[in-house]
Amino acid sequence: MTTQRLVHMANQVAAFFASYPEAEAVEGTANHLKSFWDPRMRREIETHLAEKAGAGLSHVALEAVKRIAQKDADKKSA
Amino acid sequence: MLIKETDYGTPPSKTEAMVTLEIDGESVTVPAGTSVMRAAVEIGTKIPKLCATDSLASFGSCRLCLVEIEGRKGTPASCTTPVEPGMKVKTQTSRLAKLRRGVMELYISDHPLDCLTCATNGDCELQDMAGEVGLREVRYGYDGANHLTAEKDTSNPYFTFDPAKCIVCSRCVRACEEVQGTFALTIDGRGFASVVSPGQKQDFLDSECVSCGACVQACPTATLMENSIIESGQPEHTVLTTCAYCGVGCAFKAEMRGEEVVRMMPYKDGKANHGHSCVKGRFAWGYATHKDRITKPMIRAKITDPWKEVSWEEAINYAASEFKRIQKKYGRGSIGGITSSRCTNEETYLVQKMIRAGFGNNNVDTCARVCHSPTGYGLKTTFGTSAGTQDFDSVEASDVMMVIGANPTDAHPVFASRMKRRIREGAKLIVVDPRRIELVKTAHVEADYHLQLMPGTNVAMINALAHVIVTEGLVNEKYVAERCEPEDFKHWRDFVALPENSPEAVEQYTKVPAATVRAAARLYATGGNAAIYYGLGVTEHSQGSTMVMGMANLAMATGNIGHNGVGVNPLRGQNNVQGACDMGSFPHEFTGYRHVSDDTVRQSFEQAWGVTLDAEPGLRIPNMLDSAVEGSFKGIYIQGEDIAQSDPNTQHVTAGLAAMECVVVQDIFLNETANYAHVFLPGSSFLEKDGTFTNAERRISLINKAMRPLAGYADWEATMLLSNALGYPMNYKNPSEIMDEIARLTPTFKGVSFDRIRELGSIQWPCNDAAPEGTPIMHEKGFVRGKGKFMITAFVPTDERTGPRFPLILTTGRILSQYNVGAQTRRTDNIAWHPEDVLEIHPFDAESRGIRDGDVVSLASRVGETTLHAKISERMQPGVVYTTFHHALTGANVVTTEYSDWATNCPEYKVTAVQVRLSNQKSEWQRSYEQLREATRKVAATAAE
Repeated sequence: MTTQRLVHMANQVAAFFASYPEAEAVEGTANHLKSFWDPRMRREIETHLAEKAGAGLSHVALEAVKRIAQKDADKKSA
Repeated sequence: MLIKETDYGTPPSKTEAMVTLEIDGESVTVPAGTSVMRAAVEIGTKIPKLCATDSLASFGSCRLCLVEIEGRKGTPASCTTPVEPGMKVKTQTSRLAKLRRGVMELYISDHPLDCLTCATNGDCELQDMAGEVGLREVRYGYDGANHLTAEKDTSNPYFTFDPAKCIVCSRCVRACEEVQGTFALTIDGRGFASVVSPGQKQDFLDSECVSCGACVQACPTATLMENSIIESGQPEHTVLTTCAYCGVGCAFKAEMRGEEVVRMMPYKDGKANHGHSCVKGRFAWGYATHKDRITKPMIRAKITDPWKEVSWEEAINYAASEFKRIQKKYGRGSIGGITSSRCTNEETYLVQKMIRAGFGNNNVDTCARVCHSPTGYGLKTTFGTSAGTQDFDSVEASDVMMVIGANPTDAHPVFASRMKRRIREGAKLIVVDPRRIELVKTAHVEADYHLQLMPGTNVAMINALAHVIVTEGLVNEKYVAERCEPEDFKHWRDFVALPENSPEAVEQYTKVPAATVRAAARLYATGGNAAIYYGLGVTEHSQGSTMVMGMANLAMATGNIGHNGVGVNPLRGQNNVQGACDMGSFPHEFTGYRHVSDDTVRQSFEQAWGVTLDAEPGLRIPNMLDSAVEGSFKGIYIQGEDIAQSDPNTQHVTAGLAAMECVVVQDIFLNETANYAHVFLPGSSFLEKDGTFTNAERRISLINKAMRPLAGYADWEATMLLSNALGYPMNYKNPSEIMDEIARLTPTFKGVSFDRIRELGSIQWPCNDAAPEGTPIMHEKGFVRGKGKFMITAFVPTDERTGPRFPLILTTGRILSQYNVGAQTRRTDNIAWHPEDVLEIHPFDAESRGIRDGDVVSLASRVGETTLHAKISERMQPGVVYTTFHHALTGANVVTTEYSDWATNCPEYKVTAVQVRLSNQKSEWQRSYEQLREATRKVAATAAE
């Protein structure tokens, strides 16, 4: 799956939650990606975060991807 | 046994007050308003009749149902005489017998005496009545003026109109008006010259007749007769079943001769359709035995190889070995599957079970992905469960209907007839649709408001409607305070009250005058019971899920959830979309919409299935195709879906399929997806198996096997074979055992079983200890999630934009006579009404391009191009064009894009920026696809033994 498509999808999710206060928006977006994205899609967007600093992601989407990346990292190290 | 429902002569009375009377010395108590005729039938007394039938209001024209009533003069017609307390009725006297014989004599004096060779011989009410009244002679002879040489109308492919046999009882005319609501028939002329006439003295095919079959069903003689009966003779037994077309889920009697269907008759006791039907369910069943049916399994190593017919064992073993090889090479998540909304609940359940337990991943999805997945997301978020709120009967209590992005007269015609009837009774109608659909103005039905918005602006519109309700003090504060989350409501109220959401502000997007929006909002909020009915014009947008939540917000704010006549009601496209979703077909959910990450739920399945299950969501269909193109997804099992025709951006879909190493297609026909398949498993039609479908009102209905599977196995059996070959054993003896397992594992299905469905006729889930007979209306005492949750629904315009290169917006849909990808209906005589997909274009857009009606035009978007004939139509607004996707070689989805709903990836079929130009040749895609189709559909000759 192309990173460009994943970035677009993440931004779409974030655009919905952007009407909520930022903390809720980030939480809502992160929960959505966690609940509905296959792990390989999450891995790819996390790789994009790591390698390209999440270029193209909106502010809310970027923060959400950071959050799921952190959670996945915590899970791995646990 | 042939099932014949009792005809009570007149409809039931709905009053609660009861009346007791005496008929032929026997006491009977019935609701006030009941006719004497019906009261008599209640105690088993049949009064002769011809113009009366219980699907129609009494008419009183045939003069056969006369009775004597103590204390009354004359002999009143029992069909038009209501019961009264203490009334004493005689149905059989010598006076009545004489009168009835006289009436019958007159009828028969102008009726051909060809009973022995008549197609209705043995099933003719006129014949029966002649016998009942003891007709022995016709004193008038047959030499006078008569209608015996009147010419037959054979224009309709499904039925014949023989006016020589007509008794002018008007049942056909009244059925067209009262039951179907089309008003296509009339009685032309007066007195002896009276004849039934379709339209303006047209033949049936050219008239407004929609071939629903109501007139044929109502006809008491052989005047309107199914051609299948004329050709095959009368049926000898009935198999009760459920229609396999749209989400209305009509109950039918499959009338059989041995294993041959000779007629499909709508079942009067069917709770979804109450004895009505449409052209598809009633007549378009011939595909089941069409010569194109594939009945032998086939395999091939490459899609360029010819197909090789093989045994079931060889095909199944080949598919299983390929799937195992791929997983070994590319990983457990490299394969997946798609369940079908056309197959049964039990079959769908088995496919997702095989994928989760046998494949060992959650890469399962269903065709609901491309239609109603936003319904699932939106309604679960706001109400707590992924389903419509009402039963269809609820419409009878609606005072206001708001139809959004749906075209019920084409896509859900049987329910549309009920809507039209309610509107004729006085209910108000608001239509929100870019097109002037039939409901906007049709016979005796006219929308009070048509909000003809631009495609892609639904959310702006729903926010504007909410803005009016909130800012004009129309919120049902008591309901909201009692039933909804207060904080969420407050945030939503503040949001929709913002000036940017006012009708005046959003007019720039929607192009709908603000005053009209305000008036419609006031009507919805204050007009009494207000119900929302919606279709894919809501869901198939980049904000499909947002719009579903917006509608839920509106219904909660006005208190229009949780009782009769109201609700948020998705009109489901395919017969078992609801069921496929219920059965755990989505990659993130088990049955009953429970997330795979829920440890308790997952453990219950692990325990029952004896395997460890993945706690992470799997790939959705578009994700599977993207991953296939990218190289991480290599094999797929597709049961009863044709993604190469139905899914958006055909060239991307086929690139994904072509990139896979093993595509297994199970279908009744060699569909377009099969062009890219390596294994073809022949499927079974709904007539060839047992199981259940769940319709749009959550109604679970049985289908019963009417004939043996043409290929030897029903679809559920084929899935078991594949699962067993994969090493995950399945050994169900009957689909009822599968439903029993579903019930054990799914709280909302706990009380469901085949026996229980047979007992109740059908069951609407939830069906459990709290609701042992099912749940017609949801959220009556509280929302499933507890308190209703208002969601903020900001309008985010789609990324698909018009511009100089692509200045028009294409929106796609379906037409009455065809169904989905047309695989079934194109193989029936329905092709008479829709032989090809056409492009509807407004005269303004056509004229500026030099396009005349019938011209061949190119339809091009950023992703693809096709050609088709143009149809000039003012149903469209300028700037918007429309086509259907029923024909494979038109390829409407070559043009649609992969933009999709933010929450569910449901494709944005309803908004594609396009250009339309005159053309004189097929598009490059059409030419190359025809060649590929030719090359990939060859079957190797089998050596003679």
